[in-house]
Amino acid sequence: MKYIDPHIHMVSRTTDDYQRMAQAGCIAVTEPAFWAGFDRSSAQGFYDYFRQLTEYEPKRAAQFGIQHFTWLCINPKEADDPGFAREVVSMIPDFLNSKGELCGGNVLGIGEIGLNKNTKNELIILEEQIALAETFNQLVLVHTPHLEDKLKGTRLIMDALSASTIDPGRILIDHVEEHTVSEVLDRGFWAGMTLYPDTKVTPQRAADIIEMYGDERIWMNSAGDWGCSDPLAVPKARLEMRRRGHAVTTVDKVTFDNPQQFLSQSPNFSLS
Amino acid sequence: MNRQTNPQTKQQIVDTYFMEHRAKLVDIAAYLDRVDRGHGDDAADFRDVAFRRAVEILLDGQPQRAGRILNLLSDHSTKLPQSADGMKGALGAVSLTDGGAA
Ligand SMILES: [Zn+2]
Repeated sequence: MKYIDPHIHMVSRTTDDYQRMAQAGCIAVTEPAFWAGFDRSSAQGFYDYFRQLTEYEPKRAAQFGIQHFTWLCINPKEADDPGFAREVVSMIPDFLNSKGELCGGNVLGIGEIGLNKNTKNELIILEEQIALAETFNQLVLVHTPHLEDKLKGTRLIMDALSASTIDPGRILIDHVEEHTVSEVLDRGFWAGMTLYPDTKVTPQRAADIIEMYGDERIWMNSAGDWGCSDPLAVPKARLEMRRRGHAVTTVDKVTFDNPQQFLSQSPNFSLS
Repeated sequence: MNRQTNPQTKQQIVDTYFMEHRAKLVDIAAYLDRVDRGHGDDAADFRDVAFRRAVEILLDGQPQRAGRILNLLSDHSTKLPQSADGMKGALGAVSLTDGGAA
């Protein structure tokens, strides 16, 4: 069995985690740029982070036969100061494609962009990063807010995305739950379920959502990071689906084929 | 794959999950008992109010309970603050008089 974890923050994980993931069948990860648990004090801090994501992390993953891909952006939590956010966003094009000076060749798109507290400042920078994705023809990975802010934030984000020319089939909206998944799919976007203790969905609920909303345009990820999270959440969800009697083809579809199909829209994604 | 399909029978689902959710049910009961035993006023916290409304959904016999509880615990206001400066993190529920519970 093999699987892809399409959203995991490996910079926050130990090398042991790569080893355990490889042993559990992980052959590729994609790592969106996000908040590090504290606010960075300068744009230079992001520059170093982007280099870590494009240069260092792929080498660490490769030791265990795992391919590492990434997404760049300024995350919504640090995007509340538009001047600062623009300084960070202006560094991204050089990392994006083969014409960029700093390209590691593993950047799949812009992400994880979105909203955190649903503020006007966050929305301005979200719109500017959507425009960046439009200009450079990049895939988009979207972070939706937590808990009580998720429903409103998801709708605001979808409205901002729908105002762009980006095909919704090139956008994945992550951290969906039972109250947001159907709107996301109905509007033509891809949906990601995050298997994260307490604030997102459990493997059981992820299996429930697939049973209720189908297995098209949907994937699951661990979003493993510096918080209480589980880098083996995807294989655990695979087991949950199997113990209910779902076919191996269905399990493979949501944990391998679907991520491969979505990510292959980027010329920088291919599995070796 | 067809929608609305769980490969298990109702009996198999109960066999698989009853013990796990029995424990979670007792947890909820113990939590409500704990709130009762707490000191101070009965002045209801908005999260406690929302929690008790959510518990009612569990037994209303209608489908989509998880989605409806998440909706109940969501901000339905249309206000957009300029900045998050000074705002608290997410609290998990919204006051019913302040954009909660559509
Ligand atoms: Zn993330």
